[in-house]
Amino acid sequence: MLGRAANGVYWMSRYLERAENTARLIDVGFHLALTRSDKHAQDEEWKSVLTTTGQVDDYAARHTDFGGPQVFNYLLRDKDNPASVLRMMENARTNARMVRTSLTNSVWEATNEGWMNLSELLARPVREANLGEVLTAIRRQGTLVRGALEGTMLRNEVFNFARIGTFIERADSTARILDVKYYVLLPSVAWVGSSLDNVQWDTLLRSVAGNRAYSWLNAGAMDPRGIARFLILDGQFPRSLVFCYEKLRSNLGGLAKEYGEETSAHAIMRDTGEMLQRTTIEGIFETGLHEFLQDFIGRTSQLGNAIAADYRFIE
Amino acid sequence: MSAAGKTNFDEMLETDGSVRPAYADLSQWYESQDKTWFNRQQAEAERFFRRIGITFNVYGDEAAEERLIPFDLIPRIITAREWRKLTRGIEQRVRALNAFLQDLYHRQEIVRSGRLPISALRDNVAYLPQMIGMTPPGGVYTHIVGIDLVRTGPDEFMVLEDNARTPSGVSYMLENRETMMAMFPELFTKVPVRPVSDYPRRLARSLRACAPPAFKGSGRPTVAVLTPGIYNSAYFEHAFLADQMGAELVEGSDLRVVDGRVAMRTTTGYKAIDVIYRRVDDDYLDPLSFQPDSVLGVAGIMDVYRSGGITIANAPGTGIADDKAIYSYMPEIVEFYTGEKPILPNVPTWRCSEPDALAYVLDNLSDLVVKEVHGSGGYGMLIGPTSSKKELAAFEAKLRAKPHNYIAQPTLSLSTVPIFTKAGLSPRHVDLRPYVLVSPDGIDITPGGLTRVALKKGSLVVNSSQGGGTKDTWVLDE
Repeated sequence: MLGRAANGVYWMSRYLERAENTARLIDVGFHLALTRSDKHAQDEEWKSVLTTTGQVDDYAARHTDFGGPQVFNYLLRDKDNPASVLRMMENARTNARMVRTSLTNSVWEATNEGWMNLSELLARPVREANLGEVLTAIRRQGTLVRGALEGTMLRNEVFNFARIGTFIERADSTARILDVKYYVLLPSVAWVGSSLDNVQWDTLLRSVAGNRAYSWLNAGAMDPRGIARFLILDGQFPRSLVFCYEKLRSNLGGLAKEYGEETSAHAIMRDTGEMLQRTTIEGIFETGLHEFLQDFIGRTSQLGNAIAADYRFIE
Repeated sequence: MSAAGKTNFDEMLETDGSVRPAYADLSQWYESQDKTWFNRQQAEAERFFRRIGITFNVYGDEAAEERLIPFDLIPRIITAREWRKLTRGIEQRVRALNAFLQDLYHRQEIVRSGRLPISALRDNVAYLPQMIGMTPPGGVYTHIVGIDLVRTGPDEFMVLEDNARTPSGVSYMLENRETMMAMFPELFTKVPVRPVSDYPRRLARSLRACAPPAFKGSGRPTVAVLTPGIYNSAYFEHAFLADQMGAELVEGSDLRVVDGRVAMRTTTGYKAIDVIYRRVDDDYLDPLSFQPDSVLGVAGIMDVYRSGGITIANAPGTGIADDKAIYSYMPEIVEFYTGEKPILPNVPTWRCSEPDALAYVLDNLSDLVVKEVHGSGGYGMLIGPTSSKKELAAFEAKLRAKPHNYIAQPTLSLSTVPIFTKAGLSPRHVDLRPYVLVSPDGIDITPGGLTRVALKKGSLVVNSSQGGGTKDTWVLDE
């Protein structure tokens, strides 16, 4: 396939994944803000959402008020925000249009229809009353495209590039969410499993759609180390770092098989994968959770760059 | 505007208002439909088109970047007998066009014989000196041709325009049919309509049959569709055709010349292309030979072309045949190269470059249609009968200043086919563009085409850029 098409499929998946992750973060911010009674604490929660998506500086350059509707409208649909959900859906759709011949009709139509629906939903400012509907629509959109990919695409290079985009983005996103919130997982003097901690931990799990799964696995008991282990090292949880790298190994493996050779990206992927396999949660806390996550984010970005270069995404 | 005072040929109804035999089944079916439901189906068709993304882009109009060409649910029907005659006429004309192009870029016998003035070439930017002496692989210049036909009576079809450069719209022929079959499947059990869906396969076969000398007969030639990109107005069609042919859809940035071949950048390195179906104009094809600042083409592709490394479809320089001044010579051209009288006549045309013709045109401006010789898309033309005195005067000045830039034709009473409106069926003017494929294996005409329809009552302008719509076109089985 064309390098440009591989690039398009990869970014289509990344943008869809990113839109979905942003929607989830907004959802969590909204729930947290509801649990806060004073405006200052509510604003702090929204600020934290902006920090996690990396948009707090851009936002602060334009607005002084961190009120909920202002923030979530910025994240969802602000024309001046190049990383708004609407813009990401547009980007995903533009990429899909560019590589239309590599996609099945089902995948293209799921992407195109999703963009049409969201453009309509986001044509006017979102109110708190219909925020839930909008966020559900965004998440459903990602699900529909993934379902169409899964159900209709040949398991070839196109499929592998799409999946690689998804898991690079997801690995990066989970690591960033953890990194912004890592302090809630640090053993602190105050920690005695207070209700505030429990809310914070629950929030963190919800940000990656892991609250239910975690409760299932741990019979409802919460401890910070267990949560960190779950999000980083649990091979069953589809948003953990280990899971994402397991998928990357499999999809990059598919490319090596189809093309008959490995590239520098395989070495980088394997190196990080093995690092994760060797790592224990104790070890992570010993080196420092923040340091560990920063290192991981750097490695993942390096992997993304290597894939783009090895497979000739651009000239 | 309407052709005042003339009666139009109604393709569905006889003059006494009874339904013509070809439309009998359709008419009966339509009468039995619930009109509220039919109305909803019209809206449903639009949603269908948007979902699959059949849109066209409007340049410089960001708010409404992607638009739909309106689609009318009432098909246009052509009988087997009518189609037989049309195909003979089209085939003859396309054969003549190819021979004409070959001659223009070689010995120019037609000029030597005095049938075509040299000025028709000399003053023409579509005539490419870079193509002189060059014979494309297989001797084919126009691999894909669209012949625009208009009808004025039961047996009177005329050629309005030849599209030998890059005829577009074939995806509408295919998707219109697809939509009709999805919405009214039972209709196709009542009327024997010839299928058009294998056009992409025929196109792929036809293009592969034109492989260049550099393709050494193992496996199948690699075909790619070259598009200017997603912002081009016909991008949907480019992607659609590439997809249906199983060909790569490439942009200029994907291509470069590697080891004397034009090659595309794949994930595993550069891979040679044998046949390129380009939807990029001549001017942008090669910055080394034409527009130096073009990023839409491939630097050096013309050298590769000349040395037999690639087939370019359609060949560069075929646009000369689309010129309206050349068009006016088509009856002579057909006769010169085929030795036969044209089966399909031209619309009578006055060349304003000739003093007598100019005098006539100026005297009768309010009855005529005047077109720019290089114009297309319905832009820059005068429609005499609907123009104000002021418009006529302004055009007269332009005409006097640059007479060689114009041709004139009578205002034709184009045939009508009904469209579906809230008030019921209502006749509208139509034209027809069948699609023709040319390869060394022969000339292949898909039974169908694109029917464009002027949606405004009385209007004769069918161009989508000016409020035209489309219809499914049915050629009936024998």
